[in-house]
Amino acid sequence: MPAAIETEGLTKDYLVGFWRPRPYRALDALTLQVEPGEVFGFLGPNGAGKSTTLKLLMQLIYPTSGSAKILGRPVGDLEVRRRISFLAENPYYYDYLTAEEVLAYFARLFGYSGAEVRTRVARVLDDVGMAGQRRMRLRQLSKGLLQRVGLAQALINDPEVVFLDEPMSGLDPLGRRQVRDLILKLRERGCTVFFSSHILSDAETLCSRVGIMAQGRMVASGRVSDLVAFELKGWELVVADLSDDAARALAGRARTVTAIAHGRFTLDLAPDAEPERLIGELRAGGATLVSLNPVRETLEDYFVQQVRAAKERQA
Amino acid sequence: MRTISLIAVAVFKESVRDRVPYAMVVFAVLLMAASYLIAQMTAGQDMKIIKDLGLAALSIFGLFIAVFIGIGLVSKEVEKKSVFAMLSKPVSRTQFVLGKYAGLVMTLAANLSVMTIAYYAVLYYMDLSSSPAARAGWPAPATDPRLLFAIGLIFAELMLVTALALFFSTYSSPLLATLLTIGLWVAGHFNADLRNFETVVDSTPVAALARAIYYVLPNLAPFDVKAEVVHGMPIAMRHVLYTVAYAVVYITTLLTAAVAIFRRRDFQ
Repeated sequence: MPAAIETEGLTKDYLVGFWRPRPYRALDALTLQVEPGEVFGFLGPNGAGKSTTLKLLMQLIYPTSGSAKILGRPVGDLEVRRRISFLAENPYYYDYLTAEEVLAYFARLFGYSGAEVRTRVARVLDDVGMAGQRRMRLRQLSKGLLQRVGLAQALINDPEVVFLDEPMSGLDPLGRRQVRDLILKLRERGCTVFFSSHILSDAETLCSRVGIMAQGRMVASGRVSDLVAFELKGWELVVADLSDDAARALAGRARTVTAIAHGRFTLDLAPDAEPERLIGELRAGGATLVSLNPVRETLEDYFVQQVRAAKERQA
Repeated sequence: MRTISLIAVAVFKESVRDRVPYAMVVFAVLLMAASYLIAQMTAGQDMKIIKDLGLAALSIFGLFIAVFIGIGLVSKEVEKKSVFAMLSKPVSRTQFVLGKYAGLVMTLAANLSVMTIAYYAVLYYMDLSSSPAARAGWPAPATDPRLLFAIGLIFAELMLVTALALFFSTYSSPLLATLLTIGLWVAGHFNADLRNFETVVDSTPVAALARAIYYVLPNLAPFDVKAEVVHGMPIAMRHVLYTVAYAVVYITTLLTAAVAIFRRRDFQ
């Protein structure tokens, strides 16, 4: 079975400058393989080369060198495009058409007709929670609702591989939850999902593998559990009904004690601080436990390390 | 072919709901107002003036639709990035360009049809409200069917202008594409002067250059038969056929070039 997505030394230079154009390398020799059924998070700060990669995979731009294949066939092959879908960042469609008309139009471009079009349109509108707005013209929709239309059009052909460029962009918390659920549903169906994001918590909960981009290069890739050691870095303890004197007395036992409201404090404890014993003592003194959370290295910590290191190397 | 027609229908729907109806309303209102005013002010020439003014307005409003919607539709798709959604579907860039063009031509045809109906309605009303003596002085009947030849050639000319607009919008900014298209439309109407430039200048290379420019630039003068139909003069069928054939060749060349540019373009 061929890889769902495969790139080999994929490179893209843009010419910048008007009078004396010079090449600017937006993507530098990207070699990547995504297996069928994987949810791959393509992470990186702005300008890292994520959108350039997606545009190359959609053949919206042509590579300076290197090659890319989707489902074992060259990108741009019309047969491949029947089996994939793409959601661009901040999508825009047709102002004067309704959500239903735009989706029916896209469904027909995939070769569907008649009742099949109507069924698919109704289903994807339901999937993205937009059944109530189906007859609204797109110019009347908010940014978040437009993003949902974008997601709906990316589902219309039951794709085998879905490419999503910043799919959570512009969505409220409810919308983001819906997108997360949708990606999980796609994963359950065996669909390969390749999504770019700089919201790392999403990648952490959704992705089987991630790749981290910086300065046009892939600086790290692998399973989240392999990249992040999940080593315990300390504890965050929040207590209420604690007197100021009692809080001052904790200075030697916590790395920091921060007052967050009257009688309410956050304590940053070392990994070996034995929080259970401390909680017992505080309770005996009349304080109330609000929360206790372990502090571990997150994907965000790892991401920041990698991106900083890449910038330093380039400097 | 199915993909091209699907794109064309979407373009048509989008355009018709956009600015086009306003152009038609403005045209109709102007025409009505002008016909009443002119009927008051002229003695015996009112029908010729109304016919001439109507055809000129039809041509100008048609040009407005062809240029602004023609350029807007493609460059807006690129600028606002809806082209990303289209080209990631099983749609080739060739189908995209041809579909856009076909949709624009459909929009143009619908608009010209509505304007033609309004035009004939005004002419019919003028015919009804004129005396037999006034009618006897007209070189041709008010609702002369030969006016349709002039309108047909305006349509062919506007199809060519639409192809020009589409061609420029595949690689330049909307403003530049608008200026180039309108510039070529103006030049196209005075292009015939370049053909015999040697009668004006002594320099052979300059005359040769002028002749080369004559062949490259669109020659739009033959599309204008307004004066002939308004004055009831005959129009040779051969002239109509040659002019339409010229439009077909020129449009095909422009669309081939537009497709070639669009296929190589990076959409950043």
